[in-house]
Amino acid sequence: MIARSFKTAVRCRTLFLMLLPAFVLVIVFSYIPMAGIAMAFQQFRYGHGFFGSPWVGLANFRFFFSSGMAWRVTRNTFLYNIAFLILNTTVQITVAIMISEIGSKWFKRVTQTCLLLPHFISWVVVSSMAYGLFNFENGLINNTLAVFGGNPIDVYGNPRAWIFILPLVNLWKAVGFGSIIYMAAIAGLDAELKDSAEVDGANIFQRIWHITLPGIIPTILILTLLAIGQIFRGNFQLFFQMVGDNGLLLPTTDIIDTYVFRSLRFTPELGMPAAAGLYQSAMSFVTIMLTNYLVRCVDKDYALF
Amino acid sequence: MAKAKRSKGREYSADRITFLAFSYTVITLLTIACLIPFLMIISSSFTSERSILIYGYSLWPRDFSLESYRLSLANPNVILRAYWNTIVVTVVGTVFGVFVNSMAGYVLTRKDFPWRNLFAYFFFFTTLFSGGLVPYFILVSNTLGLRNNLLALILPGAVSVWNMLLVKGFMSGIPFEITESAKMDGAGDFTVYLRFIMPLAKPVIATIALFSALAFWNDWFNTMLFITDERLFTLQYFLQRLLSSVRNIRAIMDEAGVDIPTLPVQSMKMSLTIIVTGPIIFLYPFIQRYFIQGLTLGSVKG
Repeated sequence: MIARSFKTAVRCRTLFLMLLPAFVLVIVFSYIPMAGIAMAFQQFRYGHGFFGSPWVGLANFRFFFSSGMAWRVTRNTFLYNIAFLILNTTVQITVAIMISEIGSKWFKRVTQTCLLLPHFISWVVVSSMAYGLFNFENGLINNTLAVFGGNPIDVYGNPRAWIFILPLVNLWKAVGFGSIIYMAAIAGLDAELKDSAEVDGANIFQRIWHITLPGIIPTILILTLLAIGQIFRGNFQLFFQMVGDNGLLLPTTDIIDTYVFRSLRFTPELGMPAAAGLYQSAMSFVTIMLTNYLVRCVDKDYALF
Repeated sequence: MAKAKRSKGREYSADRITFLAFSYTVITLLTIACLIPFLMIISSSFTSERSILIYGYSLWPRDFSLESYRLSLANPNVILRAYWNTIVVTVVGTVFGVFVNSMAGYVLTRKDFPWRNLFAYFFFFTTLFSGGLVPYFILVSNTLGLRNNLLALILPGAVSVWNMLLVKGFMSGIPFEITESAKMDGAGDFTVYLRFIMPLAKPVIATIALFSALAFWNDWFNTMLFITDERLFTLQYFLQRLLSSVRNIRAIMDEAGVDIPTLPVQSMKMSLTIIVTGPIIFLYPFIQRYFIQGLTLGSVKG
């Protein structure tokens, strides 16, 4: 038995070698940090390192939860991700259906190209654009408001405004990418079904409701499941670039990821952000496993793994 | 509206016309909304500072001026250096990453490799659970000592499990007989991958190359974490620093020996954004077709 698998291993030695680079990189950059979560139970200091820092049990977690931060950042992370999921999915599907129904090739191509453009720029550039649009003194939006006699809005001093701005900015960047995926799903649907529905006298709304939408449900489900699995992982780039360290806005914009990063940067005590990170990873893991398990119970084909 | 329009011999019913009219309007408005911020930075970068201070940012340069570009490019070495670093990281990272991911992805499709599911799960698990930012930071900067080393920007992003699975999905569609017959003719596993499989997998290789190049080019987070030496800054982080503080813009001016009492900060922010984004916008029309193809490829394969 052992001799045989040894023989197979020898036969597969080149295949092992071909896996080796990816294997080593994943061990180093993914699995070793997983072992590093033990830091969450330490009073970690740079000077002492991982093996020299004292163990403090659950003290870091106790601090994180009793400071009130845990609730605030968890709530924000969760609610923003729900808002992103609902808004993005709805708009992306709507756009995909609309563009798919439009006959003009030229119009399709041009709009697709423009809608995807925001996906290609970095979040730093997005933050520069946001500054140009929103800043109080010279922002485009405030100037336009002023022309029409409105009062300028200082969004950088108004935490509530970001509850609307962040989902919109996120949508702006994601709309093209998502709708192209849905368009591909629509293009893959059976054209005959659509034609026969038309022959049978279904109007366009009935056809979309009874044929197109049910047809893309597998795609919607997969993308939604993936998003639900990430529901406790915030979009760090979006929140950090849009809000930065503006303390005034943090009550409505601080997510787990930005909180961990700020603690990492501003405190010498690393056990605490490590504990927050472990909390986040554990929550994500449980969510993914639970969602996948439930989906498996309902319909095995739709489960992710 | 009720009157049916004829096109290509097909009757357009009233509900269809209503829907199409609505669709054209919505999509056109969305497209404009997507383009407005781009138009704003382009226009504002060509506007004089005085005009911005009085009228604010606009969609059309009210008072055309190249002053902000003149000053932004007064010290071109700093920008060129950031460009060079970004290009090195992007090219090396993409080539290395595509090689590593496609090779691993191929092995995972080999039916005669008994441990393929075990390894697939080993890779996949990293998408389910992670150690978080803090251990990752300590590992790269302290344990591996990659602080102020471009490798810190290349190595962590090289393996992408999603790209690997995309390759695996595509290569599963390539008949196993090709591998078998090539091996029968005496080719080794690596030769089979390089000579026979890779040419057939061109579409997926182009896709993951594009995905990963975009990720490397637009990355600023790893630079922020691991690079403190200004000579190693990448473009996006370079821009972030200039946007976040006027002091950083002034420092570059001092280095260039430009001495002006008031910098046109508002217009310079926009021209610097254009200078950093320019190549992507310029390349975009050429690469977006492949990008869309790749997305379609990925969604069909699941």
